[in-house]
Amino acid sequence: MTIMAADPVLARRAEIQRIAEATDHRRQLLSRLALLACRACLVITLIPLVALLVYVVIRGASAWSWAFFSHLPTPAGIPGGGIWNAIVGSIIIDAIAAAGAIPFGIAAGLFLADSDGRIAGTVRLAADVLSGVPSIVVAIFAYAVLVAHGIGHFSAVAASFAIGILMLPVIMRASETAIRGVPTVLSEAGLALGARRATIARRVVLPAALPGLLTGVLLAVARGAGETAPLLLTTINSQFFSASPTKPLAAVPLVIYENGIQAYPDLVKIAWGSALFLIVMVLVLSVGSRLVAARLRRVRYE
Amino acid sequence: MSDPTTVPAAAPPAPDAVPLASPGAVMTLRDVSVAFSGKVAVRDVSFDVAINQVTALIGPSGSGKTTLLRSLNRMHDMTRGAVVSGSIKLGTLDVYGPAMAPTLLRSRVGMVFQRPNPFPTMSIYDNAVSGLRFNGVRNKALLDEAAESALIAAALWDSVRGRLRAHASTLSGGEQQRLCIARALAVEPEVLLMDEPTSSLDPSATKRIEELIGELKDRVSIVIVTHNMQQASRVSDTCVFLLMGEDRAGELVEAAPTTKLFSAPSDPRTDDYVNGRFG
Repeated sequence: MTIMAADPVLARRAEIQRIAEATDHRRQLLSRLALLACRACLVITLIPLVALLVYVVIRGASAWSWAFFSHLPTPAGIPGGGIWNAIVGSIIIDAIAAAGAIPFGIAAGLFLADSDGRIAGTVRLAADVLSGVPSIVVAIFAYAVLVAHGIGHFSAVAASFAIGILMLPVIMRASETAIRGVPTVLSEAGLALGARRATIARRVVLPAALPGLLTGVLLAVARGAGETAPLLLTTINSQFFSASPTKPLAAVPLVIYENGIQAYPDLVKIAWGSALFLIVMVLVLSVGSRLVAARLRRVRYE
Repeated sequence: MSDPTTVPAAAPPAPDAVPLASPGAVMTLRDVSVAFSGKVAVRDVSFDVAINQVTALIGPSGSGKTTLLRSLNRMHDMTRGAVVSGSIKLGTLDVYGPAMAPTLLRSRVGMVFQRPNPFPTMSIYDNAVSGLRFNGVRNKALLDEAAESALIAAALWDSVRGRLRAHASTLSGGEQQRLCIARALAVEPEVLLMDEPTSSLDPSATKRIEELIGELKDRVSIVIVTHNMQQASRVSDTCVFLLMGEDRAGELVEAAPTTKLFSAPSDPRTDDYVNGRFG
């Protein structure tokens, strides 16, 4: 090592360290300010959410009682009504919607994850457009196809059809993401063992993607369960109990829509109770899907 | 275990014996332990990083080489639950002391990672001077000078001088790794940490990086993690051999001049490892 050769390096090192130290204070300050701005934005975005939750809980919790969940609606002015028929209706409508949307959504997601050609691009674009279509547009489509023509009258399955269409793009894109997250080396390991693509998908890729698939599906169901516009034009609502999908059924979002603007305090109270019910449902589905997904991952990787 | 930082007095000094005592040391580690959420990953490691020399950390997987390396420039600060104890000094400065700003420390102790990681949105030039800009350097002449010097030192200048504005992703894997070395060198650090810098490269790119390491010694003291013993014997002056202890924490077995560690190790476990009997 010669001192001569090292000299410019040493000089530059001294200069760079001098600048770094001289500007350190200013850079630290800027960094802190930026961090503070991020935190402030976080708090600001949380305010509406927290305010909404608190308000709904306060207004809705007082409506919750055994009768609220187990009774049928009562006419205006008569206290003691419940949303039992709406809960059953919602479960039937959303279950049928999910049963239709999940297989198609996951299959389409599998296709999208596996292909990058023109067809896949078109499908992907279509899914994105579909997820941006206002739900009332899907509703009037379902009305035209099933209520006005196909079945000929208002029914729960027409609502399931509309909600299923709304769930489809969400499940598709979530599945694609989940499946793309499975390392290529796993598919290649399957290929190298002589497996067919369908076998690899069924035995290797889909099981590995299961936690992500589950999260996507449950989030789509949670979103679908809160949709109101498609219900208005398809199942309209019912004050009676029925579990027949071909008949108009009650649904929880409709209870909010119809009772929320009434002049009778009892009915308004039921609307708030239903709002809280929907929020709790979404919460249970989201938290539940995360817990199950986390559990699946833990079982697999530990 | 005897003090691992001193070559036993009985051993005759090798011709290229490395002064391990503090006077020639740019960094000193004393009883360094690293734990993650209470789980000890590295325990009570002591050795010196000799100035203008190459120090190799060797040992099988799980022996804590990378964990130890990352404690030298406080990369564990970003990991929740990580605790580094013991003493690590850069010169006479306490690396984990209250007066040490981690960002300034990292501008003096640079790092090169396992896989080439040039910033994908930056040109070759911008990558090379990125560290300087992060540290507040605005002077164009200084940026240009440092970039050229670092790219020359990384043996990349001749092939990129005509396309400094091209994206870094247009380079081959080996070139990208040399750009990452240049990027680290441009800040003129005193120590360069290299975490298996050739593990994702082909043999010819590996050879070039190894040659480079030998040439860079004049400029910067190097600590390199490698799982390749041939590489350690080719590029390093001092070897630090780590092994996973009974409770899965990495421990230092032997630190010695490379020639001695490979030809006449003091510890039978070192002998077994360097002669390929395990690991």
